[in-house]
Amino acid sequence: MTKHRMYLKMLFNSLTRRRSRMIAALLAVAVGAAVFQGMMTICCDVPRQMEREFRSYGANMVLTAADDAALSLEDAARAVALLPEDKLVGATPYRYKPVRAHMQPLTAVGTRFEQVKKTSPWWRVEGEWPSDGNTLLAGANVAEFMGLEPGKGLTISGRNAKGARFSQEMTVAGVLRTGGPEEDFVFMNLPTLEELDGNPGTADLVEVSVACGSEELAKLSDSIRREISTVAPRSVKRVTSSEASVLTRLRTLVYMVTAVVLVLTMICVATTMMTVVLERRKEIGLKKALGAENFAIAGEFLGEGICLGAAGSLPGIALGWLLARAIGLNVFGRVIAFNPFLTLAALLVSTALTAAACVLPIRAAVAVEPSLVLRGE
Amino acid sequence: MDIAAQAANILELRDVSMDYGQVKALQDVSLAVRKGEWLAVMGPSGSGKTTMMNVIGCMDRPTSGEVLLEGQDVARLLPGALTEIRRDRIGLIFQQFHLISYLTALENVMVAQYYHSMIDEAEAMGALERVGLRDRAAHLPRQLSGGEQQRVCIARALINYPRLILADEPTGNLDEANEAIVLSLLRRLHEEGSTIVVVTHSPGVAAQAERTVVLEHGRIAQSFLNR
Repeated sequence: MTKHRMYLKMLFNSLTRRRSRMIAALLAVAVGAAVFQGMMTICCDVPRQMEREFRSYGANMVLTAADDAALSLEDAARAVALLPEDKLVGATPYRYKPVRAHMQPLTAVGTRFEQVKKTSPWWRVEGEWPSDGNTLLAGANVAEFMGLEPGKGLTISGRNAKGARFSQEMTVAGVLRTGGPEEDFVFMNLPTLEELDGNPGTADLVEVSVACGSEELAKLSDSIRREISTVAPRSVKRVTSSEASVLTRLRTLVYMVTAVVLVLTMICVATTMMTVVLERRKEIGLKKALGAENFAIAGEFLGEGICLGAAGSLPGIALGWLLARAIGLNVFGRVIAFNPFLTLAALLVSTALTAAACVLPIRAAVAVEPSLVLRGE
Repeated sequence: MDIAAQAANILELRDVSMDYGQVKALQDVSLAVRKGEWLAVMGPSGSGKTTMMNVIGCMDRPTSGEVLLEGQDVARLLPGALTEIRRDRIGLIFQQFHLISYLTALENVMVAQYYHSMIDEAEAMGALERVGLRDRAAHLPRQLSGGEQQRVCIARALINYPRLILADEPTGNLDEANEAIVLSLLRRLHEEGSTIVVVTHSPGVAAQAERTVVLEHGRIAQSFLNR
């Protein structure tokens, strides 16, 4: 038999001989590991999922021209190309034009409806979305004021960029309800407005929706500013800060719950190990009487702690992942992916915390006097 | 005491006192043990026998006085150094055997090797053979009689070739037959040159030693040769 094998034998026997105590400690470690794995998985995965969810609340970046000129759609496209493809939800150009309809002044807005559906998914349309150059979307206020409804005709007239008059017969495809200022406008396809107004290839602004946090968004804005000097990107602070606030609160809550559970786990393990030390005082005293150094005694209890931590963590981690998956599906409606790095982190953290919980019991063990074996206590 | 006499002594206590608060467990005890001597320490309960064993066995430090083990004063050594001395120079035999319940007889002997240096199974088996327990090597302590457990304890005490064997009531928990076996083992060790200090209540056990000192109220009341 080698010293290594002797150490393992003493370790194994010590753990298995006090089964009920060790099962209690194992359960505590498993619960701690499960909560750590579960909460951290949710903490890492759900915010990432929610960033995409938050995009349903509107664009979080607006591109405008850096100077007073109109924004070139070509430059805007280059700017959008700088954004990570997997995080880009949509980019919608808007071009505003004062026009008249039935002798009333109106603002016509040229846009791309397929992009609008991505960046402003809360727009509700009664009727149909415009499908060609002759149909438009009337804002609810405009429709009410002018008595418009889907299928009715509307003549849009005005002066183009060169001052020449234009007039276009159009049909209302749908009525737009947003609860916002969009209800005061009429929306048409951008090429239609470009044709009426002239000066194609420009917009007043492009609304961009990117699935990322406020810090990353700021970095992306800086990158666009650096690369394309004619485009001025800015974050929509109201959106990004409220997103950050929600996510920060969610994370803080998760961290706090996890920390509390881990502290309770440590207390449970420390209490169990302290009881084990008290029960084994005579054996510790004997070993010290036989010449065991303090570090040898500490090594034995630390080994027990590490075994306990590793053995409790594995089922705990599996349970935690199932817990996270269940929470993801039932609460957030998301399938949470298995994260091997997080699993490894959970194993290491649980084992390290269990070992750390053994510090006080180890101090008590090394403080045992060898002389007690002679006192017959 | 001259230098030659000092060199012949493996252990020497000089004016050793040990106080536990107001209780004076040992008071100015002076004692010398020659190399190869078998000394018995007797005395009534509370006379300071266990305290003396703790001091001699480097498990406790006296309040005052010197404890010379092979000429080295161990009275003021730090706990780590005392551990080293216990491990390298002292073999302990206990009244209650103190075998580790989950280890076999052989492994209980090897535990002393484990903390001392390297494990040598053949040597541990040899130690068990010396005490007549080779065939019981794979038995757990609960499968051994009291006498057999004490013999395992003796084998464990011998395994690292200690300079001094300290036995605390080695026959205190044994019947007559087992007492005779243990005493014959101690006698054989003595004949082989081991230095033995035995603490005992039993005049019969003390009579086996070459010399007996009697402690009373923490002082040496008597010291006499047995043969």
